[in-house]
Amino acid sequence: MPNILDIRRRIRSVVNTRQITKAMKVVSAAKLRRAQDRALSARPYALMLTNVLKSLVARAEIYDPETGAPKHPLLAQRVEKNILLIVVTGDKGLAGAFSANITKAASRFLESKAGKNIDIEAIGRKGRDFLRRRYPAALQTRSLVELAESLEAQPDAAERAGVIQITGEHVGVLGKLEFAQSRALAENVIERYRREEIDAVYVVFNEFKSVIAQRLIVEQVLPIEHIGEPAVRLAEEMTEEEKKRAKEAAISAGVGMRASESAGEKAAAEFGTAQVDYIYEQPPEELFRALLPKYVAIQIFRALLESVAAEHAARMTAMDSATSNATDMIDSLTLVMNRARQAKITKEIIEIVSGAAAM
Amino acid sequence: MADTFQLEIVTPEKKLVDTAATEVQIPGKNGYLGILPGHAPLITELAVGEITFHAGAEQQRLAVAWGFAEVLPDKVTILAETAERPAEIDVERARKAKERAEQRLASGDPNVDVERSLDALAKAETRLEVAGSKK
Repeated sequence: MPNILDIRRRIRSVVNTRQITKAMKVVSAAKLRRAQDRALSARPYALMLTNVLKSLVARAEIYDPETGAPKHPLLAQRVEKNILLIVVTGDKGLAGAFSANITKAASRFLESKAGKNIDIEAIGRKGRDFLRRRYPAALQTRSLVELAESLEAQPDAAERAGVIQITGEHVGVLGKLEFAQSRALAENVIERYRREEIDAVYVVFNEFKSVIAQRLIVEQVLPIEHIGEPAVRLAEEMTEEEKKRAKEAAISAGVGMRASESAGEKAAAEFGTAQVDYIYEQPPEELFRALLPKYVAIQIFRALLESVAAEHAARMTAMDSATSNATDMIDSLTLVMNRARQAKITKEIIEIVSGAAAM
Repeated sequence: MADTFQLEIVTPEKKLVDTAATEVQIPGKNGYLGILPGHAPLITELAVGEITFHAGAEQQRLAVAWGFAEVLPDKVTILAETAERPAEIDVERARKAKERAEQRLASGDPNVDVERSLDALAKAETRLEVAGSKK
């Protein structure tokens, strides 16, 4: 028979755990709200940029009128021999299967591209740790912070450390996202693309529209296929079960389910599309060339912002389940304890009664 | 004709300014542009520099790095990659960045990305100038 004191001790420990998971849930909910706001406030800029680019496509001769081939190198399709994959995971654990799901998707993607040279840029500690156990690091790796500050010219690609190698490790940037870092990464990637060190760039991350609308996707960043339409290669929707859990967690934490449209969005959608003849201070072609790299940067920035929001949402959900599991456990342990106590009392009564009977 | 126009300044991180203004000066790539209400539609790329605008009686200045502006008769929208108010500028950091860029340029090291260094230098100088204007 279990010892009552032991059970009581276990109950106390589970109660403590529940307190911690509950607190973490509240913290994640608050962080999620902030991350959602940030993702939302980045949207007008992205929309405006996209719109201007689209209208420039119509005005500037982006495509060769005879062959239909694009004139800009970032639009040109090449045979994929060398690929760059940006893996966006979280820096911290205790978020359920969040990072594991992404690394799994990344592995699957790597398998589907087997035989090609693949460079990996790992953003987030969890993904970095996982990938580093499997693949060698390139001879030169740089972090986002270094990239953003660097004034050196980008060195030529060194010899490969393996068919699949890690060319960049970016840990600890997700807590305080700055656009400058996304831009630095975009510039670095574009330069490598221009030098034909890589022929395509993909990013795998957790897309976040709202708590119940998330997808794990692999998106093609370069070459740009259609401006304004993300080129999604692989997508995994949430399962119904996951959706239900996330919904419950969101309700109990008081986080809004739908991402509210920001007021600026409608105005942003009209940016640069007025039906007037603009005076172009610079030739449209030149504007287009200047804007395209920014478009790549904002795409990477968006991926990071959404991934951060998704990570907090995943942690909130995980902590919500942990809290309710702890509650269940306390209930069942209390039941066991009461039974044990009752059994003990019954036993004592029997002992007394049979002792009296013997006299 | 109205004597004000709507001015919006948007960065990737947030919408910084949304106000009625009577005049704005923007650092166009080919030189500064002064814009008054009723300007002809125009699209321009921005260089590193400062935006000055008059909203009501007060005049405000912002340090911007690369950006993009759309001008309509009743509305001016500026997309800036970074835009900072004088109070937000980290003067110490800007000063260090300036020194570093100057050293890099003076070193004559072939590995230095001259374009980026010049760019960094211009950004740092603009920041210092805008930050200094309030003191």
